[in-house]
Amino acid sequence: MNGIIRIEAPLTQEKLRFLKVGDNVLINGVVYTGRDAAHKKMVESLERGEELPFDVQDQIIYFVGPTPAKEGQVIGSAGPTTSGRMDAYSPKLISRGLTGMIGKGLRSPEVIEAMKKHGAIYFGAIGGAGALIAKRIVSAEVIAYPELGPEAVRRLVVKDFPVMVIIDHEGNNLYDLGKAQYRRV
Amino acid sequence: MKEITVEEIISAVENLCIEANYNLGSDIMAGFQQALKEERSPIGQEVLERLIENAEIAKEERVPMCQDTGMAVLFVSIGQDLHVVGGGLTEAINEGVRRGYDKGYLRKSVVKDPFDRVNTGDNTPAVIHYDIVPGDELRLIAAPKGFGSENMGGLKMCKPSEGLEGAMQFVVDTVDRAGGNPCPPIIVGVGVGGTMEKATFLAKKALLREVGKHNSEERLAKIEEELLDRINGLGIGPQGFGGVTTALAVNLEVYPTHIAGMPVAVNIGCHATRHKEIVLQGRDA
Repeated sequence: MNGIIRIEAPLTQEKLRFLKVGDNVLINGVVYTGRDAAHKKMVESLERGEELPFDVQDQIIYFVGPTPAKEGQVIGSAGPTTSGRMDAYSPKLISRGLTGMIGKGLRSPEVIEAMKKHGAIYFGAIGGAGALIAKRIVSAEVIAYPELGPEAVRRLVVKDFPVMVIIDHEGNNLYDLGKAQYRRV
Repeated sequence: MKEITVEEIISAVENLCIEANYNLGSDIMAGFQQALKEERSPIGQEVLERLIENAEIAKEERVPMCQDTGMAVLFVSIGQDLHVVGGGLTEAINEGVRRGYDKGYLRKSVVKDPFDRVNTGDNTPAVIHYDIVPGDELRLIAAPKGFGSENMGGLKMCKPSEGLEGAMQFVVDTVDRAGGNPCPPIIVGVGVGGTMEKATFLAKKALLREVGKHNSEERLAKIEEELLDRINGLGIGPQGFGGVTTALAVNLEVYPTHIAGMPVAVNIGCHATRHKEIVLQGRDA
């Protein structure tokens, strides 16, 4: 396992080139949330020639739909959702400058190609560890599509948010490398 | 004939939904501890440690382990000598789900129509499986199912000539294709036989069995062991980051089938595979 690397968002091209597959990373600063319905709306906005609810240049999107916050909580449980459902939309956002995605699970060849072409990182958070992850979120504010409830776009401020580099900007993929190392069939 | 009121049922379902989401089963916690001893990948070990920590936080702070608090799946066994009074049973179960997801701060993840996709706002309706049994008790099992794992299941209407090996290969291939998506280490529910819907039902029901407990029939227990070994040889590992712990258990259920077929269904449960159960006693009418 590689050492721990702290990064500050926004994630610029200079910063992301240092990140390699398998790196343990702690993210600090602003990340935006978005999952199925929000991605669909954002890409539809782009197709109509409209602005996105936030400028994606050098930003990180976290694929999550949290549970409702209890009194005194910043946010409810907030682990990653399956990223593959965003594959149809991610290349369009990457081509607009998005540099980071946090989720879980496999990505399509089209997404990986876009990441290599424009420079972006796919981070994995631990799926199903929603109670643990919520503790690293300092603030949460809905900034778009409130009608989508858990799927609304939120602006999160995170502190030492734990992720791992699953796919780096050269397309090296931990899911392939990790599996190959322990496969006996 | 005994009686039970809908109020008792509503309150029981409400509690089951909340407890299933807050408290990891002790069998799965034991499975994590065992896997931690056997896992060779350092990243895999770290993931297992984090999952144990996550379950402890959820239990202590009474919050959901995972943000996908699932579609509520209910298994209901009703004694044929029990009478539900004060309203409809299905309505009572849905009301219990509604209250549990509200009071427990659980996420409402159900859309009314699969095409229009507008959220119902209260996580109803539940998916309810009824069974009528002898006696005068009501057994309720709430098994909230997240769709990270649900989406990765599969069904194959195998030809009988494919035999046991064909069925096993389909199970292993389904898990292999799923990779890290269903949040491994997973529980693999397998249903073989019956008709198309019977096989998928058995696969789901198999997820309710305790981790570490094999099918009571020895030949089926042996198949479970072999499947678990082959699945853990895929290399997927905890969260798909590589390792020897891809599944904690494979639970197989079978049923008689037609001379021309061999339906094989796989239902994958994530590392939490939530289910909580209660038996309610009727009172003299």
